[in-house]
Amino acid sequence: MKILEFINDNLDLVYILILSVFIGVEVIKNIPAVLHTPLMSGANALSGVVIVGAILVMLQADPTDYIALTLGFIAVVLGILNVVGGFVVTDRMLQMFKKKKS
Amino acid sequence: MTITLSIIYLIASITFIFGLKMLGHPETAKKGNLIAAAGMGIAIVGTIFLNNLNVPTFVYGLILTAIAIGTVMGWLIAVKVEMTKMPELVSLFNGFGGASATIIGLVEFSKNVGDTMQTTTTMAAIIIGSITFSGSLVAWAKLNGRMKSLIRLPKYNLINNLVALGLIAFGAYIVYTGTDSLILLYTILVAALAYGVLFVIPIGGADMPVVISLLNSLTGIAAAITGILYTNMVMLVGGILVGSAGLILTIAMCKAMNRSLTSVIFGTFGGSDDAVSGPKSELGDIKSTTASDVAILMNYSQRVIFVPGYGLAVAQAQHAIHELEQLLESKGVEVKYAIHPVAGRMPGHMNVLLAESNVDYDKLAEMDDVNPEFKNTDVVFVVGANDVVNPAAHNDPSSPIFGMPILEVVDAKQIIVNKRTMNPGYAGIENELFYNQKTAMLFGDAKKTIQTLIAELKNM
Repeated sequence: MKILEFINDNLDLVYILILSVFIGVEVIKNIPAVLHTPLMSGANALSGVVIVGAILVMLQADPTDYIALTLGFIAVVLGILNVVGGFVVTDRMLQMFKKKKS
Repeated sequence: MTITLSIIYLIASITFIFGLKMLGHPETAKKGNLIAAAGMGIAIVGTIFLNNLNVPTFVYGLILTAIAIGTVMGWLIAVKVEMTKMPELVSLFNGFGGASATIIGLVEFSKNVGDTMQTTTTMAAIIIGSITFSGSLVAWAKLNGRMKSLIRLPKYNLINNLVALGLIAFGAYIVYTGTDSLILLYTILVAALAYGVLFVIPIGGADMPVVISLLNSLTGIAAAITGILYTNMVMLVGGILVGSAGLILTIAMCKAMNRSLTSVIFGTFGGSDDAVSGPKSELGDIKSTTASDVAILMNYSQRVIFVPGYGLAVAQAQHAIHELEQLLESKGVEVKYAIHPVAGRMPGHMNVLLAESNVDYDKLAEMDDVNPEFKNTDVVFVVGANDVVNPAAHNDPSSPIFGMPILEVVDAKQIIVNKRTMNPGYAGIENELFYNQKTAMLFGDAKKTIQTLIAELKNM
């Protein structure tokens, strides 16, 4: 019952969730094998969006709650590592694909 | 949250969708990556500066320090690493994302005691985040050789499934009782980390690309879950996009190996226990050959197909093989590369590797296109590939790879297999291809062997 209540209270969230799944599937369908690695790596960088949550942890933490701040700090470092590393690596890979064309 | 921030999140979500879409086409891929990165950038900056929260300045200092540290480290690692180390790097970054989600879940747990829905979300974030973290680290350690390729506990499938069920039950218990016990929280954290390890250690060889894309997908799901926790749309959309994209890729990898997704998640994955004991005695003898013989053979061939595998990546022989290809082409030999979808250790591994050495797109043939061509091929040169050319996939029902589509190299007139030793491949199974009448083994490190071949060919 609680679940149904939650769905009803957060209807737009649930809609977004379901529609995003479909968008994700549609966007990725029929990818040529050449791009499997860059795609995976690019998606990997996108999953670093958790960093937004990590920043919120730090912003919302009580300034005297050093544990939450420390944990948030680590989460931000890890998240941004995922983001920056992921995008840069993907760019490097795609760079190699590109120069062949000339 | 300010209106500006909401709009920024909206824009960022749209860049994610477009970026991912563009990543799927060779011409637009690079731009797509940059667009998604830009979207991520504004989402991060907006989150820091546009929140209407009363935050002391030193917290901003801390956040910016954390971002500076992570950016510099991530950038340096990503720029410096060799292309052959790409699979483990992607795994490592993926693990960091999972760890971040886990930490968020841990911090938010105590704040939300009593709220059933939020506790469910934090539990899910902790469990999924930890599994991807420890699982990705194990994958990373395996890929860079720090860990043995396969470790199988007795009855590992049963154990793993029991641990998984236990985790779910335990999480449900915490949610149901609404406890604020930190001991229980840390216990479930440790249990989930342990499950991640247990899940990945028995997996090896050709299964590695499947597990890597699955872990990738799970990090996305973990990010989406934390998005629900904060009712944050950009996290939700970004996470779900990654989750579903990763799932599609995982399914594509599963198809390439003729496995079902359920068998990947709930066991019978990575082969059966009795896989290693194949009928060894009846295989006959192997023939070994020399580089000069192979050079002569290739020199007088019309059509040659290279079959690259993980061995090529390990030996860093991608430039050498490209040189060999160009040399043969200049002598009027038609050369192609046959790429199996799961060759190497991550989806598309061989494509990236060969792209690095500037091999032409058109020379890379996918499995279904190239298979009918083998019978008109004079020489197949298998470099460091094993399971993807193992005929046991067709004719040995007891083999763990039975039913997996393979490159039909046996149809060719001559098969040359370059391997370092006679050790069985990553999956630990014998390959009767090596004992075939038409096969000759050319032992040695891939790079050195190919360089010798090149030298021999130049002397002709």
